[in-house]
Amino acid sequence: MTEPNTSPLPIFDRGLRLGPPSLLLAGLGLALALGASGAASAAETTPAQQLQRFNQQAGGAGQADAGRSFFTRRHGGEWSCASCHGDVPTRAGQHASTGKRLDPLAPAANPRSFTDEAKVDKWFRRNCNDVLQRECTAREKADVIAYLMSLKP
Amino acid sequence: MNSVHALPLKRLARHVRSASAAALLGLIAAVPLPAQADGPRGARAPVPAAYTTECGACHTAYPPGLLPAASWQRLMGGLDRHFGTDASLDTTTLREIGPWLQAHAGTDRPVAGAPPEDRITRSAWFERKHRQIDPAVWKLPSVKSRAQCSACHQGADQGRFDDDALIEPKGLTTAQRRAWSD
Repeated sequence: MTEPNTSPLPIFDRGLRLGPPSLLLAGLGLALALGASGAASAAETTPAQQLQRFNQQAGGAGQADAGRSFFTRRHGGEWSCASCHGDVPTRAGQHASTGKRLDPLAPAANPRSFTDEAKVDKWFRRNCNDVLQRECTAREKADVIAYLMSLKP
Repeated sequence: MNSVHALPLKRLARHVRSASAAALLGLIAAVPLPAQADGPRGARAPVPAAYTTECGACHTAYPPGLLPAASWQRLMGGLDRHFGTDASLDTTTLREIGPWLQAHAGTDRPVAGAPPEDRITRSAWFERKHRQIDPAVWKLPSVKSRAQCSACHQGADQGRFDDDALIEPKGLTTAQRRAWSD
């Protein structure tokens, strides 16, 4: 505990108090937070089901070797998948610009990996944009998941 | 009398400004005041789960009070190009996070002006607080960037940045360590 703090907000540290002690606005935040926790939970899925989904879209089975190559090389931009997820995705990664630790991406090392379809789609959308400056194809996604599923801890 | 009222009026004006920002987003509703379970001393603004999972996936879940409302507004409006990455969110998630940031944005003097590029780490108060840090320290593998608060501030992910809860990042030289304890 630091000095007495009448603000409902986190303080930064001594001598730099941030944010007004506004109960009304804190209440707004609380209401929003409660609303968020009541949101529908994501559909459960498995890495195998996700691989199957992209296999079907691509019209063929994802290839682990192609996935490895895709994952580790750059595609015209500054980053590859491995820039953040690491060359060994059974280990923790590190965000290439912020340094934040990232949980391992390979399902063998992270039981939550590829178990939420909305998350799978969201991160493929964002990260393919960062790495390839476009959406990934179903074939590319299938290859990457096949590669990640082939990894042992 | 004037002097007695000066401060409360100033504070009120600040709150009105924050409230206006939220009202512009169409979010003012009849919200009951929350009960403060552990009293004003330990109470903290509840953090939307989406803030921790979405923003906190790539960087420290920065306390919203570290940037002014205008900065948060710009950042949330440009997430598809967020400091060089696509951090775009669906509208439902935006609505969970955006108004909360507006409601709890910094209004006190050190934070009131938007820093260059809306970067917390370019704020004058940030520079001042970290002026003793050798530039090489930021580049250590254990630190990597100024955004990596938890390299030194153990409680950063919980919004705690007390000076006495600092840890030394791995790899400091003797000279850097000496400066550290100054």
